[in-house]
Amino acid sequence: MSKLMSWVDARFPLSKFIKEDLTDYPTPRNLSYWWNFGFLAGFVLVLQIISGIFLAMHYKADASLAFDSVEHIMREVNYGWLIRYVHSTGASAFFAVIFIHMARTLYYGSYRAPRELMWWTGQGLLLLLMATAFMGYLLPWGQMSYWGAQVITNLFRATPFIGDEVVVWLRGGFSIGDATLTRFFALHYLFPFLIVAVVLIHLVALHSVKSSNPSGINLAEKDNIPFHPYFTAKDFYGLGVFLIIFCYFVFFMPQFFIEADNNIPANPLKTPTHIVPEWYFLPFYAILRSIPDLLGGVIAMGLSVMIFAAMPFLDRSSIPGGARYRPFYRVLFYVFVIDVIVLGYVGAKPPTGVLVVVGQVSTFIYFGLFALLPFLSIKEDKWLRKRGLPAEVDVLIKSESEEIEKKAKKNT
Amino acid sequence: MSDDEVKNPEKPGRRYFLETVTGVVAGAGVCGAAWPFISSMNPSTDVLAKSTAEVDLGDIAVGEAKTVEWQGKPVFILHRTPEQIAEVRKSVDTKDPTPDEQRVQKPEWLVVVGLCTHLGCVPSRKDKGWFCPCHGSVYDNSGRILSGPAPKNLILPEYEFLTENRILIGKKEG
Repeated sequence: MSKLMSWVDARFPLSKFIKEDLTDYPTPRNLSYWWNFGFLAGFVLVLQIISGIFLAMHYKADASLAFDSVEHIMREVNYGWLIRYVHSTGASAFFAVIFIHMARTLYYGSYRAPRELMWWTGQGLLLLLMATAFMGYLLPWGQMSYWGAQVITNLFRATPFIGDEVVVWLRGGFSIGDATLTRFFALHYLFPFLIVAVVLIHLVALHSVKSSNPSGINLAEKDNIPFHPYFTAKDFYGLGVFLIIFCYFVFFMPQFFIEADNNIPANPLKTPTHIVPEWYFLPFYAILRSIPDLLGGVIAMGLSVMIFAAMPFLDRSSIPGGARYRPFYRVLFYVFVIDVIVLGYVGAKPPTGVLVVVGQVSTFIYFGLFALLPFLSIKEDKWLRKRGLPAEVDVLIKSESEEIEKKAKKNT
Repeated sequence: MSDDEVKNPEKPGRRYFLETVTGVVAGAGVCGAAWPFISSMNPSTDVLAKSTAEVDLGDIAVGEAKTVEWQGKPVFILHRTPEQIAEVRKSVDTKDPTPDEQRVQKPEWLVVVGLCTHLGCVPSRKDKGWFCPCHGSVYDNSGRILSGPAPKNLILPEYEFLTENRILIGKKEG
């Protein structure tokens, strides 16, 4: 065995990789369970790819066969029901995990220097994930699938000058049809592998800048511990908890995330009385509906997803750490979380009466918080500097930076 | 680590036990989770439901051969003449020697899977048996290999006579 390893090592840095990036990878010792969600996202990605490949073995991407082939999977394929429910529940789990991963990054300020590229590759991953989920949702060819795709492809009508042509091009026809279904299937199969590629870039960036930590302070060597066994154990424990919740939904509430109307085959002549997107799109959908203008709504919705990328520029504070040592920012964060939940609620309800106003106010707050951040963070910075950081934080920052400096001197 | 392990590192202690138990449980979990995926690649219930075929023999004249489909495969049914029966009962000295009596339930009816045992082509009917166009294997009227690269006689499907003139090929599964 060791002979084989040295043969490989002479040609490929396998042992070095295992040692430096897996077992001995230096990890801040104070990581909380909020740092589990990157690993969980990776796990769900693998789960979705495997279950998806096995579903594709039985699924037929043809408008006249698709709905029945899903029923075939549910009734006739051995464990087809299980694989499909793992895949459909997995989509929701993926977004749940990613949203928590993002919330953690926002709360602890992990998007700040030097981790901007992690944040931006993450933003790319979010877009890819949304596109993949959207295209996958068409494949069962139910009423919600059909009309969801109808509505979302229609958004591209907002393209200046050539809007109508773009929509026809996207659909490969004058309405959602067989051509749309086959291309969505092809791309739904391709995109996960693009996600894998971007995840690798995300991880290379991570292993260059290393994990952030709850203190928000760059930790010196004395406060780092090897990834294995400390964080392998922590990650797998978290995975166990995740799987218990996940399996509860798969086995006991498998239809929870599936709209009842999607059990009716697609009918191009009749829209369901109340169409809603999947829960993970609801806040963005609510923003779209809040703007009483097609182009304006599309821009607002696109911006609401993409604005996260601006966080490293919007946050002007020089105080280390995220919300933990920054009271103003902490309030901003919680208002944002509540606002997103309100938007999600509004998005799930029919746009009538007072809910329209609530949606518009929440949309205003959503963007207002991002707009407020540069001023607020500068103000907060000044206020905190004048008032002085908590004594123990000051001491910690000093001792850690001294350690790091000492080590840097030694190395030069 | 317990004090015991610190004093005596050679002796496997609680840590070793916990690691092993965790590994075994995780391994069993992965195997269990893999099973539905492996199983999903086996024939689905709608395919299994089609695992048998009922054939009416009434319209096959004496001396005539008919090809029917069973599980997506061709099955040759030959209504043998007394001369053909006499001839195949004489010779057993072939590549895969089997007496004709063991290959039929009723002497006048031969039922064999119509796939060459060499590489699975469908042999075509020739006056004294079958001839495979792919690599030239020759079978007699008992479906036994006479010459060519095929190693075995044509395979006998499981079948039973439901009535005098009806057979059920295959066995219900699942």
